[in-house]
Order: sequence, then structure tokens, then C-alpha cells
Amino acid sequence: MITHKPGSWDFHGGIHRPDKKSVSAGKFLGKVPLPEILVLPLQQHIGAMAEAIVEVGERVLKGQTIARVSEYIGAPIHAPTSGTVVCIEERPVPHPSGLSAPCIVLQTDGKDEWGELPEPLPYFDDMDPSLLRERIRWAGIVGLGGAAFPTSVKVNHGPDRPIQTLVINGAECEPYITCDDLLMREQADRVVEGIKVLLYVVDADECLIGIEDNKPEAIAAMREAVAESGLKDVQVVQVPTRYPMGGEKQLIKVLTGKEVPSHGIPSEIGVICVNVATAAAVTDAVMAGRPLLSRLVTVTGEGVNNPGNLEVPFGVFMSDVIAQAGGYSERAYKLILGGPMMGFSLGDDELPVTKGSNCLLVASRAEAPDPDKAMPCIRCGKCMDACPAQLLPQQLYWYAKARDFDKTQEYNLFDCIECGCCSWVCPSHIPLVQYYRFAKTETWAMEKEKRQAEDARRRHEARVERLERLERERKARLRQKKEALEKKTAAGGANPRKAAVEAAMKRVAEKKARQAQAEKNTEESS
Amino acid sequence: MKFPVHTSPYGGLPNNVTRVMGEVLLALVPGIIALVYYFGWGVLINIVIAVITALAAEAGILRLRKRPVKPSLTDLSATVTAVLLAIALPPLLPWWMTILGVLFAIVMVKHLYGGLGYNPFNPAMAAYVLLLVSFPVAMTQWLPPQMLNEHPLTFTQTLAAIFGGGLPHDLTWDAITSATPLDAMREQLKMNKTISEIAQNPMWGDFGARGWEWVGNWFLLGGLFLLWRRIITWHIPFAMIAGLLLSSGLFWLFDAESMPFPGFHLFSGGMILGAFFIATDPVTASTTPKGRLIYGFLIGVTVFIIRSWGGYPDAVAFAVLLMNMAAPTIDYYTQPRVFGFRGKDNA
Repeated sequence: MITHKPGSWDFHGGIHRPDKKSVSAGKFLGKVPLPEILVLPLQQHIGAMAEAIVEVGERVLKGQTIARVSEYIGAPIHAPTSGTVVCIEERPVPHPSGLSAPCIVLQTDGKDEWGELPEPLPYFDDMDPSLLRERIRWAGIVGLGGAAFPTSVKVNHGPDRPIQTLVINGAECEPYITCDDLLMREQADRVVEGIKVLLYVVDADECLIGIEDNKPEAIAAMREAVAESGLKDVQVVQVPTRYPMGGEKQLIKVLTGKEVPSHGIPSEIGVICVNVATAAAVTDAVMAGRPLLSRLVTVTGEGVNNPGNLEVPFGVFMSDVIAQAGGYSERAYKLILGGPMMGFSLGDDELPVTKGSNCLLVASRAEAPDPDKAMPCIRCGKCMDACPAQLLPQQLYWYAKARDFDKTQEYNLFDCIECGCCSWVCPSHIPLVQYYRFAKTETWAMEKEKRQAEDARRRHEARVERLERLERERKARLRQKKEALEKKTAAGGANPRKAAVEAAMKRVAEKKARQAQAEKNTEESS
Repeated sequence: MKFPVHTSPYGGLPNNVTRVMGEVLLALVPGIIALVYYFGWGVLINIVIAVITALAAEAGILRLRKRPVKPSLTDLSATVTAVLLAIALPPLLPWWMTILGVLFAIVMVKHLYGGLGYNPFNPAMAAYVLLLVSFPVAMTQWLPPQMLNEHPLTFTQTLAAIFGGGLPHDLTWDAITSATPLDAMREQLKMNKTISEIAQNPMWGDFGARGWEWVGNWFLLGGLFLLWRRIITWHIPFAMIAGLLLSSGLFWLFDAESMPFPGFHLFSGGMILGAFFIATDPVTASTTPKGRLIYGFLIGVTVFIIRSWGGYPDAVAFAVLLMNMAAPTIDYYTQPRVFGFRGKDNA
């Protein structure tokens, strides 16, 4: 058997496109000053929406929990600075739909006064891991790579799923984005400290840190930090630069050779994958008792004057962040949240930065031209060659377009990770991913409808059955009574009532007969 | 500030249909030059007639279908169809037959099925077969290659022959045309000649028919260019050639005197052109990797069967059309293993 080195496996497909990292790489532009108003959406993560636990007019302190979650999958939200709650209402949020969602609006007081924080846990390795999970949950930490899945849920893999490998994702495969790169270059110790905590929490045998080879500075810094930490079984692995290397499933495959099962999660194969910035946030929560209040955001593209990375408290408007990066240049044409492959364009910049906002790409017309009119699919199969999920995008497209959602499921629609490789390579410029999103949404809607219809049918059937049962029971009771009665009669006319009635009837009849006889006699004698 | 919104991915996409079709045309150039060199101006005149007809037909039918004309004309797909058909036609074919073929390809085979991307059959091959079964004599009157041609026609004489059917007065059709090597091989095998007797004929060259073998080589060069440019993948050409060589090789090993050498099959007729340019037409071919191998292999085997025992020697066109019909089924049964599903490389 050939023994593989970590990182020597491969994933199918993927694309190469100019990484444009140099526009912002290694540039730190400082912390964005606190504006007067912060808008904090209650839904900044995957899972249940947080519920506000502050009231309008209430003064809050920095780090204070202002919204909590009662569901398992969710994350609380903290005040990024001290101030007063102005209102809790629907505000526009950064979402592809462009819709509004409930937000806590905070008027900052400029004092940046810390509230009471839980104690730091420097000797975490004496503690029960569940307490550390509780701390991570309290801190409101979610995946900072962009997906924003609650980290406390991720590291709670359960006793029946032992973890062999903790994968730390420093691939940062989307073009333009450099915030993880900067973090690894400048705060490698903080990342490694978080890895230490996570290794303890998930009790993994080893840790593999995957970084694309277009980030040599980050690789060197991380290697140094790992060496200094004295951690055994932690290895920085240089992986090739190929999008979507940083996709969770892809990176796990490349580092460990294991494939996350379809419809499954990594812990099923003994792997947990956490982004580098998330690891750093874990450090803050455990070592300093500080919740997640801000993040590094890359502001880049030809549309900004001074591209770079900024430390941005949550709730700051994107317009303020961009102003801090030198403001818009004349070439600013599109505002994209996230990278150019999986991000989405925003119609407006008066939207708050949230936990998942890793990059603000202000693209010029050349960087993000308006889409061409799509040509017909010529079935060239380029999409298939590029698909990291090894799907047949040409068939999925065909069936999605025909609204044949049984077929799209048969062709494993839900294994699509929406990475955009197929759309990128398509010579006919068909927005393929858009078709798959559409098919997924329709399928969900249909399944919901089906479930509801199923429930209604079941309720109806239960009702009909109940009514029938009642009717049957009523009839049975009647029949029983009747039978019992007949039995009694058959058993010798032992029914006094009936006998009495019969006797009375007889008497009446006799009386009538007598009367008739008497009348007759009278008539005859007259 | 307000911004326009559209969906990801963002950025100028690296590929487009015009580039794909344009590179296919570019890859055809060496083979076309070789054809003109060996078989005269007629090849070029056929191409010009076919392309003009194709563009006019495409524009006309798009207008009838109330579809935008310009994007479909500039995608060059009609041009590729026209050129592929034209280079498969005999160099002195009457002009109206070429036009008829192209009209059939564009109007019936392509647009009546829904236009680019929707046609189940390869338009050029369907048109070729239509002409072949309708005009069998004209379609088999090829010119001998240049080194065997005692009466090469000038450009104007070729024009006159194509458009007026007239030949210079000292020549007859029988004198200037000859059967294709495939046809000749068939006829002579039918007369119970052995391969070694047949090979005495000067029409045979180093590894195939003289002239033809070099045309095949130049098309091969174009095919390799398409592979390098990743316009096509190796699967279909490789499997098709393998299917042909394996089946013809097997029979040749048993009976070398009545079964032609596999190299003859490979370098005669439209085999190389078919393997790299025609069977690889993405619209009508199988699209899964395994499916492409099966599809190509079956075309190769079918070419051999038709050439050896079929009614027409022009097997590539028939084999491609037959497998066009099988492609959707092949695709259905050869879906690749999806990431995260158990398979042999994910134990």
C-alpha cells in the first residue's frame, strides 16, 4: 500500500483563475473607528435566530450579551461597544434577497466601556471539555470563513464519533480575499493557541493546517508558531492553489484522503474542520473570556482607493468600512460581499458587517462585467470536468430548466456545494449555479408542501376513521341492546311490560267487540 | 451608494462558444490545405458554397423562429457544420447538391429539433447520409489524389464542372474521377481478389491510400491541437480508434488476405476526421467520461462492421448517427460516482 502524505490527495475538477491576492495581501489598515450607530442583525449565523434580551432605551456595555438563543443550533450576539439600544426593528441586512430582518440598533457612547466578562481559562486542559464548549457557545463564535455555522455545535461531535483529525482551514481559495492570510501572518500565535483549545475540546489525534501555496508568508509564520508552541501532531500542510481548495469537503479530502459522505458531515469520518479565524476567536473566548465582537474584513478590488484588511466591529455599515479603505474610486461598479466565486452582489452599501462578512469586493466593470446573454448548452462537459462534487452539471441544468425536480434529485442536486466552477467554465455563459439554487429552493418548497399535504391527509383520514369508529360503536351498542331484548323475549315472554301491553290490547279489543255487539243488538231491536 | 446586482460568479468568463467553434475551424485548416493540395480547388469551392448557404439558412430560420440572429451567426456553429460537411463531399459535386445537404443539415437536423444544443443527430453527418443515399453516383465520384491524377483541372475548369456540370471537351467524367480507396477495396474484395493482389495498385501508399493517408495525418495534427486546447478530451478519439483497430486487427490476424490491414482502416476515408472532429461534436455525443469511451469504442467497431459487410463503404457517417441515438442511454448508465458516495476509490 502506498502511504500518502497529508495533502498528497486530490479532489476532482476545480478551476484556476487569477487570485488577485496581491491587491490587498499583507496590508492591515487598522481598526475601523466606531460610528454613532451600529446595526446588529439577530440572524448572523446558520440556525435559529437569536432573541433580543435587551429593551429599547437600555444601556449596554461592551461584551454584554444582547441576544441569546434557546435552540441548539444558533449563536448569541454581544454588544460590540457600550451604548444605548435605540430600537429593535426590521432593517435591511446583507442577504442575496435584499430583504430586511430584525436588528438591534445600538447608539454608541464613545466610551467603549467593557461589561462584566467571564474569567479567562488559561488552564483549560484541566477542565471538562463541555465547559469549554459552553464558553465557545457563550462567545457567539461561528465559522468565520463565511458560512457562519455555530462552532459550539461543530465541536460537539458526540461520544459515538471519535475524532482523528482536526483540520484547520487556512486555504482561503477565493480570489481577492486575504483576511485569513493576514491573520496567519501577523497573529499565528493566536491561531495556534485556538488550535490547542480545539484539539483538547474535540480530543483529536492530530491537527492538519491546510494553506494554499500562494501564501508562503502565512505558511512560514504558521510553521514557526507551531514549532514554538511545542505542539506535537500539528502539521502545517502546503496545498496547491486551486479553487475550491478551501471548501470543507475538498480540503478534508486533500489533507486526509477521506470523503465526507453525501448528505453527511465531517465528524462522521472522524474529522472536524475549522477556519483559522474561528480558531483565533476561540483563543479570545477561552484565554481572555472575550466574546466575538469584530472580525478582519478584506476590502479590495479596483473600486476602492486603498485596498487592504480592516478590523471591523459587527454592525458597522459597509460604507463606513469602505471609507476607511480610502473610499470608492471612479471605477467602482459593483459591491460584492464575499469572494467573486461564491459571494453575492449588494444593491446598497448601507448594510452592516456581520460575522460572516469576510470580504467587501468593490469591483470595477472589468472585474465584474454584467453577465452576457446565455447561449444554449452545447453539452461540452466542461462543467462536469470542473465540478468538485463530481456531478453532471449539464444534466442537472437540463432537468432544473425542465422543472423536473425528481430527476435533479436523482442526479444528486443536493451534493452541489454551489462553488460556481461550472458557471465559470461554461462556454455558453449559462448561470448554472443559479439554476441549481432555484431547483434546491423549489425542492424544499415542494417537500414542505408535500409534508403539509401529508399531514392534512393524515388528519383527514384520522377524522374519517374516528367518525366511522364512533358510528360503528353506536350501532354495536344498539345491536347489543336489541339482541339482549330479543333474547329475553325468546326466553319465554318473560317481559312483564310487553305482557301487560298485550293484555291491555286484548282487553281493549274485547271491549270494542262487546260494544259492537251491543250496538248491533240495539239496532236490531229498534 | 447604489449598485447593480447579479449572481455569482463575478468576472469575465474565460471561455465562450465562438472561441470553441473558432478553434475547431482553426484545427481543420491543415487538413483542408492537404485536401486542396491532393484533390484540387473543388474542396475549397465546396466549402465556400456550404458556408454561405449555412449562414443564410441559419439567419433565415432564426428569423422564422423569431430568435436573435446575430449571436447565433457569430457563434460559428453553423460554419463548423458547413465546413465539416463540405470536406466530406466529393470535390466536383454539383453545387446544388452541396446546397441541398447544407439546408438539410441546418434547417431539418439542427433547427427543427430546437437549434444549437438540442439536435440529437450530428447535422453534417445526417446531411452526408442524405446525399449519399439520394445521389449515390455523384457522391462516390471522387478525384484521384494529385500524384495519380493525369488530368488535373484548373480553378476555372473546376468552377465550370461544379456549377455547369461541364468538363473540358477532351475529358469525360469516367476519365477524371475514380472511386475512393474504400470503395475500390470493397469492389475488388468482392471480385475475390486477395489483399496482396489489391495492394499492387498504385493507389495504395505507405500505410493507407495514397494522398488520403496524408490528409489523415494533417487532420490528426488539428485533432491534437484541439486536445491541447482542451476543446475535446482524449476519450472519444482514443476509444474510437481503439475500437476500429481492435476489431479490424482481430479479423486481420485471422485472415490477412481478405481483411485489410488495420492501418488501412485508420488512414482511409473519414476515420481521423471523424474521430477528432465529428464524433467529438459535444451536442450529439455522450458526455460522461466512461460514456465517451463506450460511445467512441462502439463507433470504431461499427465503422469496421459497416466497412467490411455493409452496403456503403462510408461507414463513419452511419456509425456516428447510430451512436448518436445511443448516447442518451449510454449517459444514463455511465454516471460518474458523486463525491461522498462509496465507490472503489473511496473505500
